[in-house]
Amino acid sequence: MPAELAITIRGVAKHYGEIRAVDGLDLDVPMGTCLGLLGPNGAGKSTTMRMLTAQSIPDRGEITVLGHPIPAESKQARIQMGVVPQMDNLDIELTVRQNLSVFARLYQVPRAQRRAAVDRALARSQLTERADTKTEKLSGGMRRRLLIARGLVHEPRLVLLDEPTVGLDPQVRQELWALIDGLRSAGTTILMSTHYIEEAERLADDVAVMSHGKLIAHGPPATLLEAHAGRSAAEFYGPPPRLVEVEKLAKDAGFATRRTGPSVSVLRAEDIPDSLADALGAGAMRAANLEDVFVVLTGEEVA
Amino acid sequence: MSVQSTTRRLRYVEPSALAGVLVHDWTLFKRFWPSTTFSSVVEPTIYLLAFGFGFGSLISVINGYRYVDFVGTGVVATAVLFTAAFSGMFQTFIRRTYQHTYDAMLAAPVDTHELVLGEALWMAARAGVYGCAPLLVAVGFGLRPGPAVVLVPVIGFVTGFGFALAGIWASAIVPSIDSFNYIISGVVTPLFLVAGTFFPIDGLPGWAQGVAQLNPLYHCVELVRHAVFGLRPGADLLHLVVLMVFAALMWIVAVRKMRQRLID
Repeated sequence: MPAELAITIRGVAKHYGEIRAVDGLDLDVPMGTCLGLLGPNGAGKSTTMRMLTAQSIPDRGEITVLGHPIPAESKQARIQMGVVPQMDNLDIELTVRQNLSVFARLYQVPRAQRRAAVDRALARSQLTERADTKTEKLSGGMRRRLLIARGLVHEPRLVLLDEPTVGLDPQVRQELWALIDGLRSAGTTILMSTHYIEEAERLADDVAVMSHGKLIAHGPPATLLEAHAGRSAAEFYGPPPRLVEVEKLAKDAGFATRRTGPSVSVLRAEDIPDSLADALGAGAMRAANLEDVFVVLTGEEVA
Repeated sequence: MSVQSTTRRLRYVEPSALAGVLVHDWTLFKRFWPSTTFSSVVEPTIYLLAFGFGFGSLISVINGYRYVDFVGTGVVATAVLFTAAFSGMFQTFIRRTYQHTYDAMLAAPVDTHELVLGEALWMAARAGVYGCAPLLVAVGFGLRPGPAVVLVPVIGFVTGFGFALAGIWASAIVPSIDSFNYIISGVVTPLFLVAGTFFPIDGLPGWAQGVAQLNPLYHCVELVRHAVFGLRPGADLLHLVVLMVFAALMWIVAVRKMRQRLID
């Protein structure tokens, strides 16, 4: 029997004027898994997220969330899901605790459990000490933690995280990853959009790669790497003519390459024959990553 | 196979959703009540004092009322209008476009019409309470209201509900916050001047009297005066019906426009 599905998306399309934000999307998220929705800005990730809460209505296609058809039974679904938006929409004039207790109310946490739910959210976001601080006084990282804790205050079965760590410095990002990983371990289903490759690699059981509103690859990170980028890549540095030469040599031998800043990466480096390796000269080996997959599939950079 | 859903029939307005919206307003109000209350109460009181004494020295009696009593009852409607319409316009616009509060609320189990209803009820409640302030000031200057004065907060609430919705509708129409200038100068100001607030409308030319009849605020002014000086059941029922029809119309357009703005 197939796993229970928290989200099903079938043939969904949404356009804004001439722009096809989502263009025939099919996607399933099994219960208890973390799906990373990967793609550059404008790939249709946020539109997909908004359609799951019926804040955007698809032109065609069918969506179910936690067994409820969307938008018809969207409210029943929203009771059991938590949403962490990309854009900070906290009430900055309210205290940390007030922000959480208002949403405990909106998310219909029963009266007797509300206080405990807010305390738990404070602890989860490590803001217990700042409970009575006005939200506008918090640092960027604290605000994002509060934003996440607000979406979790009712212990939802499904969490939508839209670019949870965008614009944060690396240390704060790591803290949030720990928080999200904790959720995942506890069995919460997570749909997380991101354009940070590393985020998807660390947190997601499955990755869905979107480009121009379409799904172009879907599977566990390791499978995608194996299928599209191999295990490792060799990076070659040098002046521009040298880079062009590396690209030509690799291409003639049937290897995919991509520009990685000042270098050229030759993918599937583990398969490079000695003759080609001699011609290419000294390169730096690194592990293949999802960005390699993405570039191979779309020809465009993700971030 | 997808997850078994536990479907409970939901009501058009879910009490828990409405309560959530009102709790949000109440929590913010606890923080901002001094400034909100100050502007809503002091401005009409200044009108009352300025007109009451300014014109009161020229005109002592109007339509059988002392002028200060006439203005004291009329300005109730001004307070109601300002509280409800300005909250509806500015507060709603700011929460929707700058703070994105409504996006957060609609991601929770709250629908647009419940959001609009909660916001409008809260503004109407404030309008009902603040509307009493000028009356209290007028009592200090010798106004002696009859027992039906207890209806004034209710009249303020019903009127305020309509104007709050009108303000919410306006907030969903304007392209930017500056556009409210057009609405304030072109709509709000004539509404509060040509409502029998400071001078009776029967002194106006015939066409202007006709226009004034279409002004919901005129019906609020009449109701307040009758509540204070003596009810006229037949006429007052009609005034009440006009206010309710106004609120119903504003409900339809406000919800429709807000839904267009919030759900794409």
